[in-house]
Amino acid sequence: MSTATHMHGRIGESIKRKEDARFLRGKGNYLDDFVLSNMLQMAILRSPHAHARIKSIDTSAAGSMPGVIAVVTGELMAQHKLAWMPTLSGDTQAVLATDKVRFQGQEVAAVIAETKYQAEDARDAIIVDYEVLPAVTSPDGAKSAGAPLIRDEKEGQKDNHIYHWESGNQATTQAAFAKAHKVVRLHTFYPRCHPAPLETCGCIADVNSATGKATIYMTSQAPHAIRTVFALVTGLPEQQIRIISPDIGGGFGNKVPVYPGYVVATAASLLIGRPVKWVEDRNENLISTGFARDYHMTGDLAVDEKGKMLALRVHLDSDNGAFFADAQPSKFKAGLFHIVTGSYDIPTAHVTADGYYTNKAPGGVAYRCSFRVTEASYLIERLVTNAAIELGLDQAEFRKQNFIKPEQFPYTSATGWVYDSGDYPKAMDVALEKLGYAELLNDVERRRKQGEVTGIGIASFTEVVGAGHGADFDILGLRMFDSAELRVHPTGKALLRMGTKSQGQGHETTFAQIVTEELGIPAADIAVEEGDTDTAPYGLGTYASRSTPVAGAATAMVSRKLRDKARKIASHLLEAAEEDLEWEVGRFYVKGSPDRSKTIQEIAFAAYTNLPEGMEAGLEGVHYYDPPNMTYPFGTYAVVVDIDKGTGQVKVRRMVAVDDCGVRINPMIVEGQIHGGLTEGFGIAFMELITFDSDGNCIGSNFMDYLLPTAWETPRFEMGETVTPSPHHPLGAKGVGESATVGSPAAYVNAVIDALSPYGITNIDMPVGPDKVWAALRSKGVTE
Amino acid sequence: MKVSMKVNGAERSGDVEPRVLLVDFLRTNLAQTGTHIGCDTSSCGACTVLLDGEPVKSCTLLAVQVDGRSITTVEGLANGATLSPIQAGFHEEHGLQCGFCTPGMMLVGTALLERNPEPTEDEIRWAISGNICRCTGYMNIVKAIQHAAKAQAAAQAKVPEAVVVAGGE
Repeated sequence: MSTATHMHGRIGESIKRKEDARFLRGKGNYLDDFVLSNMLQMAILRSPHAHARIKSIDTSAAGSMPGVIAVVTGELMAQHKLAWMPTLSGDTQAVLATDKVRFQGQEVAAVIAETKYQAEDARDAIIVDYEVLPAVTSPDGAKSAGAPLIRDEKEGQKDNHIYHWESGNQATTQAAFAKAHKVVRLHTFYPRCHPAPLETCGCIADVNSATGKATIYMTSQAPHAIRTVFALVTGLPEQQIRIISPDIGGGFGNKVPVYPGYVVATAASLLIGRPVKWVEDRNENLISTGFARDYHMTGDLAVDEKGKMLALRVHLDSDNGAFFADAQPSKFKAGLFHIVTGSYDIPTAHVTADGYYTNKAPGGVAYRCSFRVTEASYLIERLVTNAAIELGLDQAEFRKQNFIKPEQFPYTSATGWVYDSGDYPKAMDVALEKLGYAELLNDVERRRKQGEVTGIGIASFTEVVGAGHGADFDILGLRMFDSAELRVHPTGKALLRMGTKSQGQGHETTFAQIVTEELGIPAADIAVEEGDTDTAPYGLGTYASRSTPVAGAATAMVSRKLRDKARKIASHLLEAAEEDLEWEVGRFYVKGSPDRSKTIQEIAFAAYTNLPEGMEAGLEGVHYYDPPNMTYPFGTYAVVVDIDKGTGQVKVRRMVAVDDCGVRINPMIVEGQIHGGLTEGFGIAFMELITFDSDGNCIGSNFMDYLLPTAWETPRFEMGETVTPSPHHPLGAKGVGESATVGSPAAYVNAVIDALSPYGITNIDMPVGPDKVWAALRSKGVTE
Repeated sequence: MKVSMKVNGAERSGDVEPRVLLVDFLRTNLAQTGTHIGCDTSSCGACTVLLDGEPVKSCTLLAVQVDGRSITTVEGLANGATLSPIQAGFHEEHGLQCGFCTPGMMLVGTALLERNPEPTEDEIRWAISGNICRCTGYMNIVKAIQHAAKAQAAAQAKVPEAVVVAGGE
């Protein structure tokens, strides 16, 4: 029996975003918008060489130029024991080079001046004498005999090998391969690309010379973890460090690591006693900050005569650049790549990985992906389509035949993951129906007979997101829990603060909706704040699709804690026993007497004015949520392409995306996330590339060379959904920010390979540009 | 060098080096930080402003080049508390996520509808193809501009007949 009116903004409602108001008016507060009193500007001099010994640095001319306050070199940083810093993977990285430069774009010196223009002028007047050394630009180069030793400063480092890592069972996998009817192999290179958020990285360091307090505004996806890392690196007491992560213009993983510029700006502010701003330009962003992928992968899939998958064997060589600075949990050297068995019930698997130093930028980040899941998803989905083609099976049927079945959940994979829930055939069926698959297959056949080059690509991905649980997932030992603190004010309005940090995902709206659902306070009455380490509860930040699975769960839990207290207060106000009260969203009422009720707003007022004897005042709480397991979003994407034989141009005619991310809190925001991911996946599949010449010069170092999809190339997406709740998440949600970037590249490329399969073409590495497609067609005599 | 220009209807002036970019003049000298810097190579469009009503990339113009001319930035779109049709469209259709490209996108959309009140989807996509968005995948930006076009058409249709007669005859 309900007398409540409609509550605005509950779970499942596509309310408009609360954060839009400032962005629509140009009143967002991005890092570069902040101007502090007496603020200086910093510019960084970077190495033009990929590998060179520094013979000398002459800063005399630069130091005497107009407006220049200081020129900082590695030598000065070394005097303060800050020439090197730890990385997120437990390695070390040069802050400013002292001995050698190890990649093009490496930080060599910094100028601090009154204006940005003056700082850049003086930077260009620094003279560095280099002795150029041979450069290593690939894992093959790194392991070749006579390869130059990149990390010669590291004690005990005799070669360019960083790690060897394994997962799964070698013996059972070998045995299964020995009995296989057929083994299908795919060797593919997932090339280096870059998250390239539209806002670059930067900081403003403001060290108060009187109090010693360091306030650092920073484009950070993980401000709390950064604060702890800063305390460890600089030796400053942690309460004297305040990281403020303001509005962020996109992150996609690029804004997780600590970059040398942050450390130099902070040291400079400490030494000079004035705030120092550093904002990198696009070239600096692309050549020096967290790149993604760069995995050379070989996969072997064993199948029996009936098309049943028996075993999977994968080896990968990872190109980590000059410093091992991957942002990922410390247990997993190759990230979460061992999710590589994907959506399939493969009884046994063995995965091996080796990481190598090269003379390329460091910082392997997960570009819209949960720690290398996208590389894994790409490999298995490409391999499955290639296997279907080689076996003469339909790629949808072959997938369905081998899917983990709905009744097998929770499912333990061959590499030890415990998948929480899934219904893969259902998502596939929705996609095929939307596509009109049966008719489409006929259409493809018709078109091919007429000489057209056309094909269908399918990818049925499974992700693993929402880290932790904290026992297995950490950043430098910090457990991957997350947090929510909720304060309900006397008037029934609320303030929610979390340890995460939105970069466009709409947290101010989505997380308010969770409180609305759990506590009945309208979303419009809830302010959501993140990013200031002096005010928000400690959390590990926003990446790896973890905000809704972890901080969203914390928000639900803290709301429930407050509801428990509210029940006690309602019992006091209504003079009824707690167990005689019923909750409906927004109020408690007495069982059988729905008119005897107290709204959450009335209860909130009473929490400060009319409490039961002995009860602590206020209606506030905090919850730190350590998830019991990861969540496993999944879906099926299907793409139709047409290829111009003469030019090799690929046109995406259709893109159908069916996602299952569990319960959707704000469906509008969820769809927006998927649109964005499908577009970034499209860019990665067809356009985006950071590559290097043999001297280690970076190609793809600006937006004229690093091609991003515009509205003109980007396909129109046809969306579908299924909902399989996560059984362990308090709201049944799984996280969605990255599904589309993880799942879509393989779907796009599978469509191209399906189109080219009649000519015996089995692989083209991304980005699948017209040059490569044309060359492949020409090699088969299809075009001149 | 002295430079003066009309920015969102108000006369603004400054004394700048000839090399100062328009975007830096707007952001640093005039503290109009709604215009963003994304790439420095006129590839991304985050710095788009309207110069005498035409979209230009303010990272590729010198402040002194626009002396005596008229600039519209995102700060000039709303009329007090009332959002322009384009701004309302972006809100209603979820045409923004991180918001960094949004000012440029909205200014291009505004200029497009000024010239072409009923654009097709392809015309919208072509118009915004000089502006990169990393978050939305463009579908909702297209819808946002269509939303604004419809709102403007509806507003036009509502103009009282007497006014039309008075202005026309």
